[in-house]
Amino acid sequence: MTLSDTLHLSFKAIMSYRIRSILIVFAMALGVAAVIVLTALGDGARRYVVNQFSSIGTNLLVVMPGRAETSGSFPGMVLGQTPRDLTLKDAQLIGQLPQVKRYAPLNVGVAELSAANRLRDVTVLGSNANILPIRHMKLAQGSFLTQGSGHSAQIVLGAKLAQEFFPRTNAIGQRIRLGENRFLVSGVLVPQGESMGFNTDEVVIIPIDYAQSLFNTTSLFRILVEAKSHNQIQSTKQAILNSLKQSHDGEEDNTVITQDAVLATFEKILHALTLSVAGIAAISLIVAGILIMNVMLVAVNQRTTEIGLLKAIGANTTDIRRLFFMEALWLSLAGAIIGFLLGQFGSLLIRLIYPQLPAWAPIWASLAGVVVALITGILASLLPASRAAKLDPVTALSKK
Amino acid sequence: MIQLTEITRIFHMGDQAVHALNEINLSIKSGEYVSIMGPSGSGKSTLLNIIGLLDKPDSGHYELDGKIVTDLSETEQAQIRREKIGFVFQTFHLVPRLTAAENIELPLILSGLAPKERHTRVNEALLAFELQDRAQHRPSELSGGQRQRVAIARATIMRPTAILADEPTGNLDHQIGAEVMTLLENHHKTGTTLIVVTHDRELGARAHRQIAMRDGKIMIDQANDTI
Ligand SMILES: Nc1ncnc2c1ncn2[C@@H]1O[C@H](COP(=O)(O)OP(=O)(O)O)[C@@H](O)[C@H]1O
Ligand SMILES: [Mg+2]
Repeated sequence: MTLSDTLHLSFKAIMSYRIRSILIVFAMALGVAAVIVLTALGDGARRYVVNQFSSIGTNLLVVMPGRAETSGSFPGMVLGQTPRDLTLKDAQLIGQLPQVKRYAPLNVGVAELSAANRLRDVTVLGSNANILPIRHMKLAQGSFLTQGSGHSAQIVLGAKLAQEFFPRTNAIGQRIRLGENRFLVSGVLVPQGESMGFNTDEVVIIPIDYAQSLFNTTSLFRILVEAKSHNQIQSTKQAILNSLKQSHDGEEDNTVITQDAVLATFEKILHALTLSVAGIAAISLIVAGILIMNVMLVAVNQRTTEIGLLKAIGANTTDIRRLFFMEALWLSLAGAIIGFLLGQFGSLLIRLIYPQLPAWAPIWASLAGVVVALITGILASLLPASRAAKLDPVTALSKK
Repeated sequence: MIQLTEITRIFHMGDQAVHALNEINLSIKSGEYVSIMGPSGSGKSTLLNIIGLLDKPDSGHYELDGKIVTDLSETEQAQIRREKIGFVFQTFHLVPRLTAAENIELPLILSGLAPKERHTRVNEALLAFELQDRAQHRPSELSGGQRQRVAIARATIMRPTAILADEPTGNLDHQIGAEVMTLLENHHKTGTTLIVVTHDRELGARAHRQIAMRDGKIMIDQANDTI
């Protein structure tokens, strides 16, 4: 029997047991689609986080007070030791390191913003002009806090705040009150929306020394540092730690985290998540495979006399085995193709509904879904096919 | 030429051994027309199955056209069934989901013949068995006589050297049965060996050689003088 005849005959058998075939193909397709859609979701989430995290800066390092202990205690909570605060002096020291392109000290707090007849609490960032390039923020209009202009009481408004407080007039040059102090609006930020759970549209930025007097503190919350190049991130981190250790009398009481390392960790975790989700979805493929095996066994049983007849008119065991094998192959092939299309369609739907989420199934996942479906189908058909081939023709023919 | 020597076939039912065939010696020349009769359970079907290589004897020799076929591999036996033997069954054994034409075509497909050639051969057969207007019907849409005609067309399409029919008229009424026998006999006249198992004395008497079996043995083996 030629291959094309085998394909044709087995295809005919599938078409004549329509409901059975549709059910199997459906089960297989659902499994493949599940693998594709779930990995699209997982990988989409990974890409989303990575994009978001990359967007907050380039070659970014964050210095924070306190030592991150590996023993599990909180940073700086080592017995009998209070962590030394980060100060502006530390920030300036860091700024002098050769690997550092720029740095921005950071204080964060909440204060009451008021102008004309409006009043609301806002998040206040105290920093210098470097905060903009380091954090990838942009000005829509006006100018930023001019570098070193610690004494001019300037304030930069988030896009949404500017719109709220000065809906009709240009915000630039307007006076506004923050806590007890009066500021002059020097610039407005480009709307950015939320990124990493932080909405820059609803913050104000003031010079660091104003922020420190507003919050009555001399210590810094963070120092943001941008390394000159990606290659220098590690050496920058080391240089910062060394420099701070020196100025802190030999105490290593600061922590430097790099955007790079955090990003890598995120990637790793989310990739593992995608893999495990794909694995769970693949189980449904195994289930579909077992379904195929079961249905094919029933088919062999139902078609016993047909198998006997085929043998009587000259089919050998190979012919019979191939016929049933091809039937299972057709079913899993159809399931794989339909599942692939369903999966791509599902991912498209997700992207349409959640445009922020780049829900594209990675190629390896689509391939794996299809290949696993085919392999399960093939494996599932082996037992029924060989059982059919081994049937004794006389007994098969005499079966009622 | 079919040559059976000391063929024995034993079935085991629990701890009881049934000698379905008991040291059968039988020689059938090419082109003979033989009927096999005997009570139910006398071993007629078993004999036919062994001649048709569907079943293996427990002991004895089977020589077909000068070649010992008892020890051939399964694949080689399948090839002989395909090329030299045509089976006709009491219950027709048509594939229910295939049309009459497709059922007739099956042996040609198994032999790997090209579709074009198959098509001509099937059309010739449909014509010869007056099934042209039933070609696209499924077995469930055919009468018993039509079904058996499809089965005979299928059994003869490979131009086998022997046709083995196991009670081909058993499920048909008398007149239709006689017509079916005539079709088989017509084919026999082209030179094919025809072996028919039947219960019907009248039909059995139409054969040139009559064999009567009982308890796995051949009791009578006689030429039909009346023809
Ligand atoms: N597969 C089988 N298993 C057990 N016994 C069988 C089997 N096939 C046939 N027999 C027995 O062998 C004997 C001959 O059977 P069979 O050749 O079918 O007789 P016939 O066709 O003459 O009616 C019977 O006793 C039958 O019960
Ligand atoms: Mg019988």
